[in-house]
Amino acid sequence: MQRLDYLRESPSQTAGPYVHIGCTPNFTGIEIFGGDLGTSMKTGPVQGEEITIRGTVFDGTGTPLRDAMIEIWQPDAAGLFPSANETRGTADPNFTGWGRSPGDMVTGEFTFETVKPGAVPYPDGRMQAPHITAWIVARGINIGLHTRIYFADEEAANATDPILTRLEHQNRVPTLLARKEADGVYRFDIHLQGPNETVFFDI
Amino acid sequence: MSLVNTPPRTGGFIPRDRSWQPDALTPQYKTSVRRSPQSALLSFPSTLSEETSPVFGHAMLGELDNDLILNYAKPGESAIGPRIIVHGRVLDENGRGVPGALVEFWQANAGGRYRHKKESYQAALDPNFGGCGRTITGEDGSYEFRTIYPGPYPWPNGMNDWRPAHIHFSLFGHGFAQRLITQMYFEGDPHIPLCPILSTVKSQEAIDALTALLDMNRTVPMDSRAFKFDMVLRGRRQTYFENRTEGL
Ligand SMILES: [Fe+2]
Repeated sequence: MQRLDYLRESPSQTAGPYVHIGCTPNFTGIEIFGGDLGTSMKTGPVQGEEITIRGTVFDGTGTPLRDAMIEIWQPDAAGLFPSANETRGTADPNFTGWGRSPGDMVTGEFTFETVKPGAVPYPDGRMQAPHITAWIVARGINIGLHTRIYFADEEAANATDPILTRLEHQNRVPTLLARKEADGVYRFDIHLQGPNETVFFDI
Repeated sequence: MSLVNTPPRTGGFIPRDRSWQPDALTPQYKTSVRRSPQSALLSFPSTLSEETSPVFGHAMLGELDNDLILNYAKPGESAIGPRIIVHGRVLDENGRGVPGALVEFWQANAGGRYRHKKESYQAALDPNFGGCGRTITGEDGSYEFRTIYPGPYPWPNGMNDWRPAHIHFSLFGHGFAQRLITQMYFEGDPHIPLCPILSTVKSQEAIDALTALLDMNRTVPMDSRAFKFDMVLRGRRQTYFENRTEGL
């Protein structure tokens, strides 16, 4: 018998309690690299609606995580990614699309200053509702958790989104919706476990 | 869809092998018990959101970013500990090098102590060691950095658990679906079979995949030993026969 010569993905290991030393060292007081990556998603005036997204990651007991790292990745207001793999056009040059947050030192709350993302097509051509990809790592999480931040105020787009409509338990859709709590400010809490457990993705 | 004689297009990412990757709930690693999702993950094919990724240019790197012996040291001084070079390649599952991948790494000092306010281990801080570095892979996916051999350290889990010597890695490939954090261990470390975190991986083959080998060919004589550690990110399907809507 022959052998398939594919390699196996490296096994994941927890980011551990000190992920901030590696990924946001300046946040921990290690002054290096001229600053932390991902602290700002804007390098100048950006197109579209500027928004703030705040949230907290909770464990199964409802305790906030203060040793997590949250990253988000999204297109610009026109739905274009600032990525080498974006072939549909050129994204807003003042928007990085990528944010990284260690959370607040005391409360664990993460904050991203970003823009409301434009819509992006699904591989079959249907439009997806505007969304942001989120990735959560922390001590106790063996493999990074992917989820999506959709917007509660995009009801029409959400109602036809290929992924939201695919969820067997439609009562869990609200765990994927950021809710407006003030003008331009959305809240997206993440529950690792429990009755409000966020829907996590295997993509 | 017409079949024409053109090079294969790149499809979505090959699904992650969840039978190979650690489970979320691994009770021997106690913190996972309340931090592990209990519902099944929602599976779907990768979309543009996961097939794109931020670009990190070599221009952002400082000269000492990949030198943990010097990048936090006072001028003329250096970090304490056995001097080592860690090198290897970042590959995808198809065996191709991943160029331009951001590789970030962090570790304890030679005594097993992290520079962190929540760290309580009594081993001494090294004033010349910060414990973090970063680099970006070359055209063939290769990377290299210099550091000191990290010390094993005790941690609160069981009554007497010690981490094997290890270096943490964070990797960015070309798609957000490839995002990965892992740890590198050292050949021959007697703590490897005892570690409740390393035992979250499911086989000896997976442990071996995270264990770097002494690489005498890359040592610098009278200066630094070398360890070789390759890492593999998810690959994309390569096919002539990808289903796609006309005109996309
Ligand atoms: Fe560690």
